Amino acid sequence: MTAVVVDNVTKVFNRGRSDEVPALTDVNLTVGDGEFVSLIGPSGCGKSTLLRLIADLIEPTSGTVTVAGRPASQARREQEYGIAFQQAGLFEWRTVRRNVELPLELRGVSKAERRAKAEEMLELVGLADFAGHYPGQLSGGMQQRVAIARALAVQPPLLLMDEPFGALDEMTRERLQSELLGICAKTGTSTVFVTHSIAEAVFLSGRVVVMSARPGRITASIEVELPSRDEAGRQAPAYFEKITEVRQALRS
Amino acid sequence: MIAGLAVAALLWEGYKAAGDPEGTVLFGVRVLPRADDLSMPHLWTIGRRLADPEMTGGRPVWLVVLQACLFTLGITAAGFAAGTVIGLVLAAAMQRFRIVERGLLPYVVLSQTVPLVALAPLIAGWGGTLMPPWATVSVIAAYLAFFPVAVGMLRGLQSPSAGGVELMRSYAAGWWRTLVKLRFPAALPYLFPALRLAGAAAVVGAVVGEISTGTRGGIGRLIIEYSREATSDPAKVYTAMLGAALLGLLVAGAVSLLELPLMRHRRHVEVATL
Repeated sequence: MTAVVVDNVTKVFNRGRSDEVPALTDVNLTVGDGEFVSLIGPSGCGKSTLLRLIADLIEPTSGTVTVAGRPASQARREQEYGIAFQQAGLFEWRTVRRNVELPLELRGVSKAERRAKAEEMLELVGLADFAGHYPGQLSGGMQQRVAIARALAVQPPLLLMDEPFGALDEMTRERLQSELLGICAKTGTSTVFVTHSIAEAVFLSGRVVVMSARPGRITASIEVELPSRDEAGRQAPAYFEKITEVRQALRS
Repeated sequence: MIAGLAVAALLWEGYKAAGDPEGTVLFGVRVLPRADDLSMPHLWTIGRRLADPEMTGGRPVWLVVLQACLFTLGITAAGFAAGTVIGLVLAAAMQRFRIVERGLLPYVVLSQTVPLVALAPLIAGWGGTLMPPWATVSVIAAYLAFFPVAVGMLRGLQSPSAGGVELMRSYAAGWWRTLVKLRFPAALPYLFPALRLAGAAAVVGAVVGEISTGTRGGIGRLIIEYSREATSDPAKVYTAMLGAALLGLLVAGAVSLLELPLMRHRRHVEVATL
């Protein structure tokens, strides 16, 4: 079964009004189970819009979105995915642990189970010692890790990420990238990852989907094979070749 | 707070010592009040008056004032609580339905510009039939108290970022659960300043309400009664005013007591409620 199928989707904002904006035109995208796909493109190319369509936060003007074999709206109601945005978006009045528990709470998971799950997720992102802290007491990178733990808490088969590391410094960013890959490998999660960093896209993804603006559409889909996804991988010739390839695809 | 009291006492006595007993008149307008014993009795005179009996052989004034305070406190609390509930419900309704916000908000603002004195006789008419007479005063207090809560809470409920709202949508949470888990907690930093204003408004509403509905037993009535004796016993009316001030402090203290445990880990936002 495929994690995501986007079939002939077009999205027009403010349809029929004078400020009508065609955001996406005839987009087709398939994400296989366990696949890591990055969406990359200049601002305004509709990559975030595409992610929001998959998440059913907005509805397509035409075409269909299928997540885990179901319509996107049903998949959202059944919480088939976890989502993380560029802003960590933690609830400042909840401790780190209770932030991670939030999606479980809304699912009606029992208190003991919630707690255990949250501890496990915080362990995974390396923040077990900060469970009792409030978000205001954490650095930006730590907050983002909490947001990822929160997205993973329901153990969704699909992870949607909208520039989750965009606001972080380079060192933190690279460390979190490795952590994310480890988590995805461990849990077998399929991932759709929006970014505007070519290096990040190549390092993380099995496939980089290149988009262009006005109207937003997919212009290339580049498979990435790296010998390894670690420090050595970042220095492999294949890595630099793929970066060049993606860059050229973005230019054309 | 103690320092504040000391400064206030110093200002009072200082002005009494330095100010013109007949008041400072500039171009025929009295710009500063009279400082004679009739207008501004010494603090110790007021203090002594508290200990003396109200009338010869009667209960001491402090006891009368305290009992009146308790009576008015009950009215204020009922009005404050009712006003808060009404304000919260209105805010939630206005947040939920854009059309309610557009349709209702102007009237909410308008409601506060209607002079209370014009409204009081109408509400007083409900006493004895629709509700016990004291409750009509609570209605007036609630009428003043709901406004800051409604306006402040509406802003608070609208304060969460689009990201937070989208997150709740991604969790398939409906309006009610989004309200409980996200909007309401996010609104607390806006709610407490609003509650402070509402508390003060409820006290004013109760005191003025007692006077304009002619309700007996409360501090508002006491102020009127004592002010009639102001020429012969000027300190007496000030004891009643001290009672009203005490009432305000009690209500403000109650709000702080509620705020303390809830807001410990919260950033404090700058809020202009009006």
